[in-house]
Amino acid sequence: MSIEPLDLTLLDPIILEYKEQKGAVIPILQRAQEVYSYLPKEVLVSISKKIGVPLSQLYGVVTFYAQFNLEPRGRHIVSVCDGTACHVRGAPKIIDDIEGALNLERGCSDPDFRYTLEIVYCLGSCGLAPIVVVDDQVYGKTTSETLIERLRQLD
Amino acid sequence: MTVLNNAAELDQLQKAALARLEERANAKATVYIGMGTCGVAAGATQVAQAVQAEIATHNLDVEMVNVGCIGMCVKEPLVDIQLPGRPRVTYANVTPDMVPRIIDEHLVKKQFIKKWAFAQLTNGSGARVEGLKEYAEHPFYRNQVRVALRNCGMIDPESIDEYIAVDGYKGLAKVLSGMEPQDVIDEMKDSGLRGRGGAGFLTGVKWEFCMRARGYPKYVICNADEGDPGAFMDRSILEGDPHSVIEGMLIAAYAIGAPEGYVYCRAEYPLAIKRLKKAIVQANEYGFLGENILGSSFSFQLKIKEGAGAFVCGEETALIASIEGKRGEPRPRPPYPAVSGLWGKPSNVNNVKSYAITPQIMVKGADWFSSIGTPTSTGTAVFALTGKINNTGLIEVPMGITLREIIFEVGGGIPKKKQFKAVQTGGPLGGCLPAEALDTPVDFDSLTKAGATMGSGGMIVVDQDTCMVEFARYFLTFASAESCGKCVPCRIGGQRLLEVLTRITQGQGTLEDLDEIEYISQNMREGSLCALGQLTPGPVMASLRFFREEYEAHINEKFCPAGVCAGMYTYEIDADLCPGCGLCVKACTSDAITGTRKEPHVINQAKCLQCGACYQACNLGAILVKHKHELIPLEAI
Repeated sequence: MSIEPLDLTLLDPIILEYKEQKGAVIPILQRAQEVYSYLPKEVLVSISKKIGVPLSQLYGVVTFYAQFNLEPRGRHIVSVCDGTACHVRGAPKIIDDIEGALNLERGCSDPDFRYTLEIVYCLGSCGLAPIVVVDDQVYGKTTSETLIERLRQLD
Repeated sequence: MTVLNNAAELDQLQKAALARLEERANAKATVYIGMGTCGVAAGATQVAQAVQAEIATHNLDVEMVNVGCIGMCVKEPLVDIQLPGRPRVTYANVTPDMVPRIIDEHLVKKQFIKKWAFAQLTNGSGARVEGLKEYAEHPFYRNQVRVALRNCGMIDPESIDEYIAVDGYKGLAKVLSGMEPQDVIDEMKDSGLRGRGGAGFLTGVKWEFCMRARGYPKYVICNADEGDPGAFMDRSILEGDPHSVIEGMLIAAYAIGAPEGYVYCRAEYPLAIKRLKKAIVQANEYGFLGENILGSSFSFQLKIKEGAGAFVCGEETALIASIEGKRGEPRPRPPYPAVSGLWGKPSNVNNVKSYAITPQIMVKGADWFSSIGTPTSTGTAVFALTGKINNTGLIEVPMGITLREIIFEVGGGIPKKKQFKAVQTGGPLGGCLPAEALDTPVDFDSLTKAGATMGSGGMIVVDQDTCMVEFARYFLTFASAESCGKCVPCRIGGQRLLEVLTRITQGQGTLEDLDEIEYISQNMREGSLCALGQLTPGPVMASLRFFREEYEAHINEKFCPAGVCAGMYTYEIDADLCPGCGLCVKACTSDAITGTRKEPHVINQAKCLQCGACYQACNLGAILVKHKHELIPLEAI
């Protein structure tokens, strides 16, 4: 992932859209993260100035919710569900296997930012446990072998 | 589309919609594909593409309808085919390469494929396909009564007309043409509906509190932050029948006098949010939302708020804080949200299922609803049935049905002839019940009395291969990670409990630890601010109560009877049961198993890594979980 200078003007249309709405901090942060893929400090500072909410308060919100990332993320997001049904049907082994095979750690990205491995709790498709989501594509009844094979094929 | 001005216009619209649907059913063949999240995860998108391609190849005039989830997750992807004037025939576990044959034989040659067909849905039309079960005759559906899930998998969730055809918005029309807000509340109270989010508070009473509260504007909020792992009832309703939730919220808003409402939906449910957004647009076009609804003086606006990933936001005060754009931390109650909720105004928070049921109560009456279920828990219960069970899926059963009926009849029992061990209800804040409790009736009070909770509807079945200590530790990991950290008993207590449990699963526990668990749990229950902290010890307490011997085995014998906790068990082959088939030899990754064919095999303990591959591979249960040291005879030391 190359670090380019951030174009903070991309925030303007988002802030304009939510200007009149009460309690819009979370949607603004969500939209900003869609644009920058994570929430760098500069973005938070800029949002804070533009909407008049103290940076400390924004930081409080960002660190509270699992969805927000303060660190850059990998090109491919691998979310392994460890919800109850998936846990009972073998998710812990899948997580261990991915960590071993791809030299990843849960919750982290690899040094090349190729993958980010996330543990999520319940995507609501428990009937097809264990569930793994790779870049928004949901895979049911996953096995470690097929999943690792699929991940290796991603660039 | 034009705005409807009164109930009569809705009637007309319904007649027209019904006529159109009937015409379609008689004139054209229809293909229904289950496109809920679970269907898509199982490959429904590829199946739909294959169907489309095949229809184009044969140049057929066929209507394709995407429906929500019918609840039979284990059979996904599901494809229903309906020939003109004929019943809907469902094909289960459809793969793209099955599609050409299904289209060719069923749509072109008009013969159903018996081998692949699962059941038929006659819809009272009289026409029946010979030699195929009806849905109602299938064990999975036989015991079900569908109220909240009535339309899921039946109608196109993206078509408001299809919802109107099945009495949609009729409850709202009835309420707006002649019922006073108090009448609506009385009807709800008479129905006995208790909040389906888990706490089971009477919905009508809750509405009344909010109606009587001073303050303006008031808010109606739908809690769709379905955070319990293993629960997906609310997602399914939002994906399969979003209008029922909107209609329920409208009725609540009329009763309490609220001009504005929010659906707080977790961001992990993108399809539910998409369908709900579409439904809101359609409802606005017909004037079910907006100003002067159905020509009355009642106006209502509805918005969606996406969650950002925090389990505690399922708690109503935390949810309200999150809508306000703050950290989703709960606050002490009272004041309850009915008095001081969103932006300090009176607010009514109900679960998705409670709202989805409401229109039916208005249309069919409180007596009809209270005739289902038990006197103190009326109506139906929706469960997401998952874990080690044959028919995983979404079910809706009358309250009062026993756990045994749910697990062994509706659920079809435990796979691979394994032993039922426990059922976890109420998610990570609920509790588990053992085999002895299988005859407990499923209702709010009986489950609580038995040591579990109703919760919002997750029901996870585990078999002999699940270690109850590790299972409890798993729930604690979840609950303590999701603690918001505001109050001390929850923040520290959860961590301490987790440490104790972890110690036990690593073989370092002591009997004093069991007292420690009870002591911490007691304090958490009494001292925590919200339900998350109060109920976090639930699964540990329940498993300690019903499976104490497993805890003691971990502590006294350093033995995990389920063969889960690393280093606390070993595998051994039972010579009497082993036929020498060699499946375990093939499965073994470390060449630890030897033996002559058709003779009992042996595991070399020095090589065995306890990976469990042989245990999973053996079809006869000949591989046993044994104590780690049992194999070394005392004389040999």
